[in-house]
Amino acid sequence: MNFDLTDEQKKVREMARNFARKVIAPRAEEMERTGEYPYDIMAQMASLGIMGIPFPKEYGGGGGDWVSMHLCIEEVSRGDVSMGALLDVTTSVVANEIYTFGTEEQKQKWLIPLAQGKAIGAFGLTEPDAGSDTASLKTTAVLEGEEWVINGSKQFITNIGLDNASIIVITAKTRVEQSGKWTVSTLVVPKDAPGFTLGQRYEKMTFHASATHEVFFDDCRIPNDHLLGDINKGLAQHLSVLQTGRISVAAISTGLAQACLDEALTYTTRGFRFRQPLMESQTIPFKIADIAMMIELSRTMYLKAAWLKDQGKNYTLEAHFAKLFATETAKKIASDVLNIYGLLGCLDEYPVSRYFKVAKLFEIVEGTSEMQRLVIARELLGKNYFVI
Amino acid sequence: MDFNLSEEQTDIQKAAREFAQGEFDLEHALDLDRNCQFPLKIWKKACNLGFIGIHFPSRYGGQDLGLLENILIVEEFCRQHSGIGMALGFSDFGSEMILRFGNDDQKRRYLPPIATGEYASSLAYMEQDQTDEFSSFKTVAIRNVDGYLVNGKKLFIVNGALSGPMVVLCQLNNSECDEQVVLIVEKNSEGPAVSMMGGQIGMRMVPMVSLTFNNLQVSHENLIGDEGNGQFQFINFLNEMRIEVAAMGVGIAQGAFDLALTYSKQRVQFNQKIASFEAMRNKLADMVTRIEMARLLTYKAAWDFDQNGGNVMLNYMAKMISSETAFEVADDALHIFGGYGYIVENQIEHFYRDAQMLNVFGEVGRAQKKLIANKVIGKI
Repeated sequence: MNFDLTDEQKKVREMARNFARKVIAPRAEEMERTGEYPYDIMAQMASLGIMGIPFPKEYGGGGGDWVSMHLCIEEVSRGDVSMGALLDVTTSVVANEIYTFGTEEQKQKWLIPLAQGKAIGAFGLTEPDAGSDTASLKTTAVLEGEEWVINGSKQFITNIGLDNASIIVITAKTRVEQSGKWTVSTLVVPKDAPGFTLGQRYEKMTFHASATHEVFFDDCRIPNDHLLGDINKGLAQHLSVLQTGRISVAAISTGLAQACLDEALTYTTRGFRFRQPLMESQTIPFKIADIAMMIELSRTMYLKAAWLKDQGKNYTLEAHFAKLFATETAKKIASDVLNIYGLLGCLDEYPVSRYFKVAKLFEIVEGTSEMQRLVIARELLGKNYFVI
Repeated sequence: MDFNLSEEQTDIQKAAREFAQGEFDLEHALDLDRNCQFPLKIWKKACNLGFIGIHFPSRYGGQDLGLLENILIVEEFCRQHSGIGMALGFSDFGSEMILRFGNDDQKRRYLPPIATGEYASSLAYMEQDQTDEFSSFKTVAIRNVDGYLVNGKKLFIVNGALSGPMVVLCQLNNSECDEQVVLIVEKNSEGPAVSMMGGQIGMRMVPMVSLTFNNLQVSHENLIGDEGNGQFQFINFLNEMRIEVAAMGVGIAQGAFDLALTYSKQRVQFNQKIASFEAMRNKLADMVTRIEMARLLTYKAAWDFDQNGGNVMLNYMAKMISSETAFEVADDALHIFGGYGYIVENQIEHFYRDAQMLNVFGEVGRAQKKLIANKVIGKI
C-alpha cells in the first residue's frame, strides 16, 4: 500500500489548484450570470496541457496517468464545475473513446486536436426515449456506397454548442445493406457534416456556462471511415468510456464539495461566530466534520478507481461507488452549507447559491443514482438475477 | 377527535385550488421567476376574490376566519406553483402584527387595503450578522417629542420593493431600558432608502430589498402595541408565521409530488412505465408519507392556534418537518424527471429552489431544534 501521490501527480494538482484559484474561480459568478463560454480560459487550459494529460505525447497528450487527470478535474471543478465538465466530456469520454477504439488514422485526425485543446468533443448518447435505457435509441445510420447516412436526434449534448466544438461521437442503429440486420455502432460526426444541425440551447436551472443543446441529423452524410471501432459493439464501446466518465463525475463532485467546505470554513470562522462556548457550538462544527469526512471518502474512492484504471485492472465497481457516493454527498453538502450560510447564501452573487443549484445535476448525468445502484447490484448478484 | 375539515373549510380549499389551477399562468410564471417580479395581476385577482386576509375580521376587510382557513389557501397556491404561491402567501407579510397588536385606528387604516390588494405589507427585522431572532437589533428608535427617530439598516425585506406599510422592529434606546418597539413605516418620499438585494435561489417573485434608515422620524401614532413589548409581539408574530411557512412547505411538497407522479406514469424506459420499478415505487411511497406527516402536524398547529392561541413547540415542529419535507420531496421529484428536471420549461426545478429557500427562510432547522430542545428539556 502507498497512499502518496507521485511528484508528477503532486505537480499536476498544484498547477490545477493555482490555475483554478487564480483564473477560474474569480470568473465563475460572471460565467453563470451571463452564460457566456470562457474561450480564453479554455485556451489557457489547452496551453497548460490540461486537456490531454492521460494520452501519450505522440498524440498531443502529456504522457501522464488517469490519477493526475482526475486530481486536475477535482481542482478545476473547485474553481467552477462547468470547466470540470469540459474535461470530463472532452478528455475522459470523447478523446478516451477515440484513443481506445480509434485507428491510427483516426487518432491522428481527431485525438491530437482534442488532446492539445485545439478542439472540443461532444458525446451523443441520450435521445428523447433513450435516457437510462440507452439501448432504446432510434437514430439510424445506413451505409450508402462509401457514406453513412444518419437520421435522428440526440439531446442534452454538452459542449456541442461551443464555437470550438469539432465533433460529436454518437451511437446509432446501423445496417450496411437494405435487407441487413440492425446493430448498434459508434460514429464520429464532424460538426460541419452536411445534414447536421444544432438545435435549441436548453434553458437550465443553472450551469449556464456549459452549453447544452439538442442536435439533429437529417440525411446527415459522413464518410465510411468515420465508423469508430467494432461495427457490432458500438453501445458497449460508448458505455465503456462512460466508466471513466464516472470517475470524472466523482472528481467534479468532490471538487464542488471541497469548494462548499472552503466557503463554510471561511464563513464559520469569521468574526462573530468565532470562539463560541463548547456547549453552544456543536451543531455547525459537527456538520463541518461530517462534510470533511465525506469529501475525503469521495476523493479516496475516485482516486482508487483511477489508480485501478492506470494499473489496467477492472474498476467497474469502484467507478460506480465513487460516482454514487461523491454525487449524493456533494448534493447534501451543498445544501448543508447553504443552511449554514442562511439567507445570505441564497443570493445569486454568493458562490454557495451556485453550488447548491448545480450539485444535484451530477446525481443525474452519466447515469442516475438508480443506474449506479443497478450496475453495482448486478455485479454482486450476477446478471441472471435481473430480468429487464 | 375529528380529523375532517368542516364543509366551509373544504369549500375554501376547493375554491383556492380552482383559482390556482385557472389563474396561475405557468408560462408567465417563467418570466416572473427569471426577472424577479411580483405576480401583480394574479395577486389583484386573488384579493378581489377574498383569498388574501381571510383571517382578518370582516370589519377590516376579512372574513372572520382563522389561521387554518388561511393556510388551506396558502397550501393550494403553493401546490399549483411554488413561486406564485409564496408570493401571494407573503403578500400580507407583517399584517398579522397589526392584526394581533395594533389599535383599532391602525387596523382600520391598514388592513382593508391589504385584503383588497391596494398594497402589500412587509416586515423588516433581519440585520447583518444577526444570529437568531432573539438577538438585539442594531436599528435603534430613539423616543422624542414627535414619536421616534429611527436609524439603522434592515436586510431581506419581503415585499420591501412594493408600496404599502412596513412593520419595522427596532431597539428602543431611551437610555433607561433595553427593549424593543414595533413601528409602522410608510414608504413615501421621506421613507427609508431602498436598495434591491439582487436575485436569490428561490422565492424569486418576492423581490427582497435592504432598507437604510437615516434619522427617519416616525409618528407616535405608528407604534404598534406597547412600547417595550416589541420582542413579545415579534415572537408571537413569528409563531403564527411559522405555521403559514409550514403550509407553504406542505403545498410545495405536494405540488412537486403531483408532477413527479404524473411523469413517472408517462415516462417509459426499458419498455415499462418508470412508475412500475420497485425503487421508484418505494420513493413515491416515501414522498407521499412524508407529505402526509408534515400536513398533519401543520394542520394541528394551525388548529391549536385557532383554538388555544398556539403552542410554540408545535409550531416549531411543524415548520421544521414541513420545510425539510418540502426539500426532500422536491429533490426526489426533480430526480424522477432526470435530465428533464433541470430544464426550466418543465416547471419542476422551481419547486427544488423554492423548497431550499423555504428551508432557510425565517430560520433554519438548527434554530428550530434549539428552541424545541429548550422547551422540552427546560432548566437543567
